[in-house]
Amino acid sequence: MTEPLVKAKGIARYFDVSPPLLNRLIEGSKRQVVKAVDGVDFEIERGQTLSLVGESGCGKSTIARLVVGLYEPTGGSIEFEGVDLTALDNRKEEAKLRGRMQMIFQDPYASLNPRWRVQDIVAEPIRHKKMFDTRAEVTSRVGELLSQVGLSPADGEKYPHEFSGGQRQRISIARALASNPEFLVCDEPTSALDVSVQAQILNLMKDLQRKFGLTYLFISHDLAVVDHVSDRIGVMYLGRICELADTRELFSNPRHPYSRFLLDAIPDLDMTGKQRIPVAGEVPSPINPPSGCTFHPRCPFANDRCKSEQPELRDVDGTQVACHGVEENRLEPTG
Amino acid sequence: MSTSKQQPLLEVRNLRVEFPTRRGSLIAVDGVSMEIAPGEVLGVVGESGAGKSMTGNAVIGLLPSPGRVESGEILLEGERIDNLPYEQMRKIRGKRIGAIFQDPLTSLNPLYTVGEQLVETIQTHLDLSEKGAKDRAVDLLEEVGIPSARERIDHYPHQFSGGMRQRVVIALALCAEPRLIIADEPTTALDVSIQAQIITLIKKLCREHGTAVMLVTHDMGVIAETADRVAVMYAGRIAEIGPVAEVVKNANHPYTHGLMGSIPKVGHEVERLTQIDGSMPRLTEIPTGCAFNPRCTEKGPRCMVERPILEPVENSFVACWKFDPEGTGA
Repeated sequence: MTEPLVKAKGIARYFDVSPPLLNRLIEGSKRQVVKAVDGVDFEIERGQTLSLVGESGCGKSTIARLVVGLYEPTGGSIEFEGVDLTALDNRKEEAKLRGRMQMIFQDPYASLNPRWRVQDIVAEPIRHKKMFDTRAEVTSRVGELLSQVGLSPADGEKYPHEFSGGQRQRISIARALASNPEFLVCDEPTSALDVSVQAQILNLMKDLQRKFGLTYLFISHDLAVVDHVSDRIGVMYLGRICELADTRELFSNPRHPYSRFLLDAIPDLDMTGKQRIPVAGEVPSPINPPSGCTFHPRCPFANDRCKSEQPELRDVDGTQVACHGVEENRLEPTG
Repeated sequence: MSTSKQQPLLEVRNLRVEFPTRRGSLIAVDGVSMEIAPGEVLGVVGESGAGKSMTGNAVIGLLPSPGRVESGEILLEGERIDNLPYEQMRKIRGKRIGAIFQDPLTSLNPLYTVGEQLVETIQTHLDLSEKGAKDRAVDLLEEVGIPSARERIDHYPHQFSGGMRQRVVIALALCAEPRLIIADEPTTALDVSIQAQIITLIKKLCREHGTAVMLVTHDMGVIAETADRVAVMYAGRIAEIGPVAEVVKNANHPYTHGLMGSIPKVGHEVERLTQIDGSMPRLTEIPTGCAFNPRCTEKGPRCMVERPILEPVENSFVACWKFDPEGTGA
């Protein structure tokens, strides 16, 4: 097996959400910490797509930001080609590695500077890295990038407001591709788009992956989208991965009760008329998560062990599951 | 259009909603006709800018300014409501037509407790004492699945989670037992698991109360789960309207067909999704003829000049010249 391109080991990110010092002194309120990401491991092979899926507040976007370095991790390490990015203190070295990863954001309206022409937006990484010497070379590279994402080179003269949501997301992708990255972190790249436009963007991303051998970390809440794009999927719940499996395996044989229940919650487009029993309850507050397995208050299989002991990710037939019930083999098989 | 002899609960005839601007009128809804039978769930689906929300807003008389109903009629139980004065329409809203909006946080007043908002709405529409109204409010909260409703009724909206807030909004819409509810993207702001809970709740309430629902959403999955019939809108017009199973499984209109193909589905192994190139035209530049013609792969010369009308195809009605005896002219 080859060395994975990206490897996260026990990464964590805590946010201090304590009340101000005065309130703590006068009212005696305590420090409060949100464990947005709490000990997550994953690996991404070169040319593959790993997706992280989960409901709001599960920490998936925080991981995206940790990986590209927009947040400093509280603990753990992130390795890129075997080099630990968190321990790197050589700025030049770090900038070089960081330049090989890029990010695509969710909101194509907020992630493009409205006062810049599209050609300047796309050329920013090129200028920053001083990839070309002459202006003509930059212009021709921008034109090439714009045509790669299905826009015309002449569109570079326009401003972002002249484009629709889907076209803006294409501009974001062109900008992300400008520095010839190998690794793209995509944080909900299509959730602000209409379905017909989403299909265009997903197809484009797949084409680009094939053409340039890109590696993706794909963040989404939409299981159907995730099923379509990924090779491997990590299902997240309250800052932890509860199941990490190959796409086909996860959808045909979900092991963790939360994965089963997420799959069951997808609206049924085939209209088989099967009756769904939506699981009651909601994601608990991450400030004060339940003890033991954080999913136990909603889990139909929870017992005393689940309430007290936090399950670790364990290998079960090639997939990794964090569940005492799966380990003890006491879950009902899926129907 | 409906085959039953029953009078439809809601009838929209040739509705046209315009937004006058300095550069001329923008037509947000153009010649839309639909009916909803008592107890029926009609899904209205389309992408952003298709005019689906504007149709819903026109029915409850809450078109954002300067939009107005330019022509056409809206009839509730056979009685015209689109030309009523504001005060009269206000009495109908909430009493005979309930509304559920997308964002549960902005549709509740943050400065009043949930109970105060429910009691106010109940007392506006029903002749009940303060105590009676409060009891009814508790019953409603229990019915929409809020645990320990008697204590929760004194809480403020911010003390509820998103899913619970949407339940409160549904309780508010049900206050006066309306015959029709306009639900505009009721699950869009919610997580999938909460979405499943809310869909199940809406379905249950409709069955038990016999309430008809106009369900406006962009999510075909929600429609497939909830609606009896569905209207697919494109650029302010209805492209196709028919029983939900027929539209979802064998869409007739090329737009619906492309739309269904572009939705990724779990368990369907496809390398590429079907994609409809281009995007919905802006309201300022709606093409002549069929509004979908620039993106259509099956267009003929007739589609470029003559606007298609809704014609029966199997059990649905489809606005496409492909199904006309004279064809697209290709």
